[in-house]
Amino acid sequence: MNPVYYLYLAALLFTIGAAGVLIRRNAIVVFMCVELMLNACNLAFVTFSRMHGNLDGQIIAFFTMVVAAAEVVVGLAIIVSVFRSRHSASVDDASLMKL
Amino acid sequence: MSATAVHSLWTMAGGVTSAAPVEKFKAPVIEYTQLAPVLIVIGVAVVGVLVEAFVPRRARYYTQVFLTVVALAAAFAAVVGLAAGGYGTTKAHIAAMGAIAIDGPTLFLQGTILLTSMVAVFTFAERRLDPASHGKHVDSFAAQAASVPGSDSEKAAVKAGFTTTEVFPLVLFSVAGMLVFPAANDLLTLFVALEVFSLPLYLLCAVARRKRLMSQEAAVKYFLLGAFSSAFLLFGIALLYGYAGSVSYAAIANVVDGSVTQIDPALADTMGNDALLLIGGAMVLTGLLFKVGAVPFHMWTPDVYQGAPTPVTGFMAAATKVAAFGALLRLLYVVLPGLAWDWRPVMWAVAIITMLGGAIVAITQTDIKRLLAYSSIAHAGFILAGVIATTPDGISSVLFYLGAYSFVTVGAFAVVTLVRDAGGEATHLSKWAGLGRRSPLVAAVFAVFLLAFAGIPLTSGFSGKFAVFKAAADGGAGGLVVVGVISSAIAAFFYIRVIVLMFFSEPKADGPTVAVPSPLTMTTIAVGVAVTLVLGLAPQYFLDLASQAGVFVR
Repeated sequence: MNPVYYLYLAALLFTIGAAGVLIRRNAIVVFMCVELMLNACNLAFVTFSRMHGNLDGQIIAFFTMVVAAAEVVVGLAIIVSVFRSRHSASVDDASLMKL
Repeated sequence: MSATAVHSLWTMAGGVTSAAPVEKFKAPVIEYTQLAPVLIVIGVAVVGVLVEAFVPRRARYYTQVFLTVVALAAAFAAVVGLAAGGYGTTKAHIAAMGAIAIDGPTLFLQGTILLTSMVAVFTFAERRLDPASHGKHVDSFAAQAASVPGSDSEKAAVKAGFTTTEVFPLVLFSVAGMLVFPAANDLLTLFVALEVFSLPLYLLCAVARRKRLMSQEAAVKYFLLGAFSSAFLLFGIALLYGYAGSVSYAAIANVVDGSVTQIDPALADTMGNDALLLIGGAMVLTGLLFKVGAVPFHMWTPDVYQGAPTPVTGFMAAATKVAAFGALLRLLYVVLPGLAWDWRPVMWAVAIITMLGGAIVAITQTDIKRLLAYSSIAHAGFILAGVIATTPDGISSVLFYLGAYSFVTVGAFAVVTLVRDAGGEATHLSKWAGLGRRSPLVAAVFAVFLLAFAGIPLTSGFSGKFAVFKAAADGGAGGLVVVGVISSAIAAFFYIRVIVLMFFSEPKADGPTVAVPSPLTMTTIAVGVAVTLVLGLAPQYFLDLASQAGVFVR
């Protein structure tokens, strides 16, 4: 099978994730969409790695996973602390500094 | 490459490879002494985490402050040692198996980041500004960041005199990432360094002692937008990897230049495909422009600068900008010079809307921290004008500007921490009316910083602006210089307005008080003023230093 299809899939997943970040209101869902974008990157890395016949892309995918895990730790800590003080994870409610 | 050959990279089944003798694993060569600044900072950050676990609570603050300052000073000494050893000029090279470039811009920016972080850490450690609660001196950070604002557990934590001393290791981790960021010589190192310095900053934004809801809101905004932009950066990296078959800067630059001719017809779809290069390059630039706060990727800046604890804002405003511009310079000058005809028009547009947008929106601001945030956006535009020059002078002028700007920023935010009322810092501009009558010294110091931001002669802001605009004009970006001068004039209006407000209006009866800081914050402000005046009155030595440092290794 032509590996280019995986690139199309990666681009599609990335676009879905980006659209989700822009459209969804719940901070957790927004964050999940960011994770989807990172995983789309991983798919692209692995596909390019297969096409070029070198292992760089697969190694980078591991690094991305570690970074994504660290991001989850920090992100959920922040979102949960906001949820506990406001009883809402909606990004529209966070508007104390709106002009 | 045939399908079997590709598979044999990760399976040993069949084919020629299984018969061939297995190559011995080659251990990587790491130049530890040349990476010493980063290693010192990250090592002490790890020690700081252990201090949190094992040192009794009452001794933690002193231990952490001591460790942090010593680490930053030692790392700075290491940078100076490397520079004296010629690693900035004659011995500049690529270290750590191609991951890190040790050269003039790296060492100059690392030195700048370490010095500004050190003076910023003094404001983190300040404990005399807030009134003592329950007989204990407290700093700008929450008693217990995990407790809900206004809850019983928060009251208990405040009563027990807890403080968030974790901020010091977090700052060190962040600084370590910032030291690697401008030195990164492949895109993977760039991405990891970006995350290493961003993640601690997201947390630092969330731990203010006063106005905690605002601080948490700033953190969630910064985190979501920061993660969004780093996903763009990562997808850009993936596309550039597909384009060049490598993430190393030199290898990508070779493919961009066309010095690598097409080898394998099977790769005709990807290798050397201009669509991948253009989209990938644009996405990587998006990620970096977000970090420098350039319009149209600036929306996070005012909210985060306003909501974050003011010492954190000062640190973030200064050090992040230095690190991110360093990485942007290296990317544009080392990886994509072959693409300059494509990125220059885009960067022109970004620089123009950044300069004008920052300066014009700043006029309408009524909060001093938001005002400084929009001013930082305008300054990002001025620095971009120097970046676009694509000449050696462009590099050195940007380096000089970053050095000058970072100290002014840290100093200005340190002054903001001093003006207080019952609710903490009084950041609304109306509260600053008549400050010059009541505390002439603080107002005069702040006026010096504002004049430096405005680029008035005899301050570092003037020398910096003159250098970048001259480089831009010589580099064929005369139009940008015209826009830059116009937006400097617009920006000067609101800086001068604050000065007029401080000195020529009557103080209000219920106005804020100016807290007397400990020697820590005094040092920060004094260093800020000293650097501002020295770089304004006698900039030549530092301009020479920047131009010596202004050569990238490839």
